Amino acid sequence: MELLYASCVGLLVSCGVFLILRARTFTVVLGLTMLSYAVNLFLFSSGRLSLNQAAVLGYSSEYADPLPQALVLTAIVIGFAMTAFVVILAIRGRSDLGSDHVDGELPDKNKKVKV
Amino acid sequence: MIQNLTFLPILLPMLAGVLLLMPPLGSKTTSRRITSVVLSAITFLASVVLLLKVQADGIQVYAIGDWSAPFGIVLVADQLSTLLVCLTTLLGFVCTLYASAGDDEKGSFFHPLVHFLILGVNGAFLTGDAFNLFVFFEVLLIASYSLLMHGGDKKNTRAALHYVILNLVGSAVFLIALGILYGVLGTLNMADMAQKVALLQGDDVYLAKIGGLLLLVVFALKGALLPLHLWLPNTYSSAMPVVAALFAIMTKVGVYSMMRVYTLIFGDEAGELSHMAQSWLWWSALATIALGVMGVLASKDLRKLTANLVIISVGTLVALVAVQSVEASSAAIYYLVHSTLVTAALFLLADLIGRQRGNVADSITAGPPVSQPRLLGVCFLIAGIAVIGMPPLSGFIGKVWLLKATLNAEYSMVFWPLYLLASLAIMVGVTKAGSTIFWHHQDKVTESVEQTRVHPAQLAALIILVSGAPLMTIFAGPLSEYAIGAATQLHDFNNTIKIILSGGK
Repeated sequence: MELLYASCVGLLVSCGVFLILRARTFTVVLGLTMLSYAVNLFLFSSGRLSLNQAAVLGYSSEYADPLPQALVLTAIVIGFAMTAFVVILAIRGRSDLGSDHVDGELPDKNKKVKV
Repeated sequence: MIQNLTFLPILLPMLAGVLLLMPPLGSKTTSRRITSVVLSAITFLASVVLLLKVQADGIQVYAIGDWSAPFGIVLVADQLSTLLVCLTTLLGFVCTLYASAGDDEKGSFFHPLVHFLILGVNGAFLTGDAFNLFVFFEVLLIASYSLLMHGGDKKNTRAALHYVILNLVGSAVFLIALGILYGVLGTLNMADMAQKVALLQGDDVYLAKIGGLLLLVVFALKGALLPLHLWLPNTYSSAMPVVAALFAIMTKVGVYSMMRVYTLIFGDEAGELSHMAQSWLWWSALATIALGVMGVLASKDLRKLTANLVIISVGTLVALVAVQSVEASSAAIYYLVHSTLVTAALFLLADLIGRQRGNVADSITAGPPVSQPRLLGVCFLIAGIAVIGMPPLSGFIGKVWLLKATLNAEYSMVFWPLYLLASLAIMVGVTKAGSTIFWHHQDKVTESVEQTRVHPAQLAALIILVSGAPLMTIFAGPLSEYAIGAATQLHDFNNTIKIILSGGK
C-alpha cells in the first residue's frame, strides 16, 4: 500500500510541476490543481497509513491519527478558494492582455528585448 | 477583556473588515472612510496596550478555545511579535488615512481588504503553531492578491498573475514541509517541535532536515531572498503606491518566520540539526544585497528604486538572522522597524511626486517641477538620509549597530566591505534620483501640468511615516533597550518553551 500511495503522490507532483512550467495559463492552473491534490494526499499520509482503525479516540485501543485529517480538510478548503481565484485571474489576464500566455504576450524571437 | 488582549490585534481587524462590508457602510464613501480610519486607529491602540503589558508582565500565552498547548492552538505574544504587530497596525492606520484622499475609490473594497491583510499579518506574527502560521499566510496572501489588483491596468494583471502563481506553489511547498515535520515530530506547536527536534534519531533526522529546508524555501519566497526575489520589483512597482507601502511589512513576515523557526526550532538546542540553515541564509543574504544594489543603480523610476531598497533591507536582515547571536538579533529588530517605516514613506513620496509631475510621473528624468518643492523635497531629504544610513538619523544607528554585531572576523571579512560598498551605491542611486527630480527641469514645458496639491490626509500620513526616522533617533535609547530585551527573549530557549507549554503561568 505504501508503495502504491507514494507512487501516486510522486506521479501527481511530477505531472503538476511539468504543467506549471508550461507557458499557457490554463495548463498552469491545471498543474496547480494537481500539485494541491498531491499535497493533500501527502498531508493525509503524515499520520501514517493504517487500515481498519477507529477515527475517534476512545472507541478502540488502536486509532488513526485525527490531526492530519483536520489539516487536509483545511488545506482542501484553502486550496479550493485559491484555485477559484487563479482561474478568475487567468480569465481576466486573457481579456486584459489579449493572450493566454503567462507573460501576456507571445515571445517574438526577432524582436529585441525591451526592458 | 484584559485576558483576551492577546487576541485583539487579530479580532479587531476581522470585525472591522466584516463591518466595512455591511450595507450601511458599503455604499457611503465618507462614512466608510471615517469608520475605517477610526477602526485601524483602535487596532493600533490595542496593540500598543498589548506591547506595554508584555513589557511589564513577560510573554503572554493565549490558548484559543482554552485548549492548552501542545494540543490546541496557542497565540504567543512576546516582545518581538508585539513590536511587529504595533508596526503593522501603525502602517495599516497610515495607509487607510492616505488612501482616504481618493485612492480607495479606484476599485472596490479597499478598506475591508486592508483590514483583512492586517488580520493575516498580525496572526502570522502572534501564532505559536506552525499550521496556523500557514493559515494566516493564506489570509494575508489572498487579501494581498486583491489589493495588488486594486485600481490596476494591464501591466498590473500580468504582475498579479505571476505573484499569485508563485505564491500558490509556495503554499504547496509549505504544506509538504509541514507534512514532513508533523510526520517526524508528531506535533505542530512550535515550542513542542523545538523540544522534540533534539530527540530525533536515525533517518528521522534527515527527514526533519528536509522539512526544515523546505520551510526555508517558502520563507525565502515570502521574504524575497535570492534566488526567489524576482517577483518583488515588478509586483511592488505595479501596485498602487499606497498598497506597496502596506506591502513593506509583508517581506518582513518571511524574515520574522525565519527568525522564529531557525532560532527556536532549529536553534542552539536542536542537537544534530542546530543552525542547519545558517550557511544557506548567510550566503543568499549577501547575494541578495549585491543584487539589490544593482537594481537600485539601474532603476528608472522612484517606485522601482524603493522596491530594490526593500530587497536590500531583506538581505541585511537575513544576514543578521544567520549570525544568530543576541546582539545581531537586536540590531535586526531595530533595523527592521526603521527600514519598514522608511521604505513605506518612500513609496508614498513616489506617489505624491508622481502626481505633481504630469506624464513624467515618478521616473528619474528631467520633467516639469513639482508644485510643492519645499514640502516634498524636505520629506525626500529626510527619508533619503535615513535609507542611506547617514548620520544623524535612524539608518546610521542601525548601520553602526549591525556592523558591530558582525564584528567577529568570520563575518566581518565579507560582510563589511560588501555592506559599506552597498551603502555607497545606495547613496549614489538615491542622490541621483533626488537631484534629477527636484533640480533638473525641462526648459520648455510642452504640456500644461495640472496643479495638484497634497491632500491633508495624505500629508498627515506622510508626516507620520517620515517623522519615524527622527523619532527613532531621539528615542534610540529606550528603543534599543527594547530591541535587546526582545532579542534576549527570542534566544532564551528554555524559558520560552516552559512558558508556552505551561500556558503562560
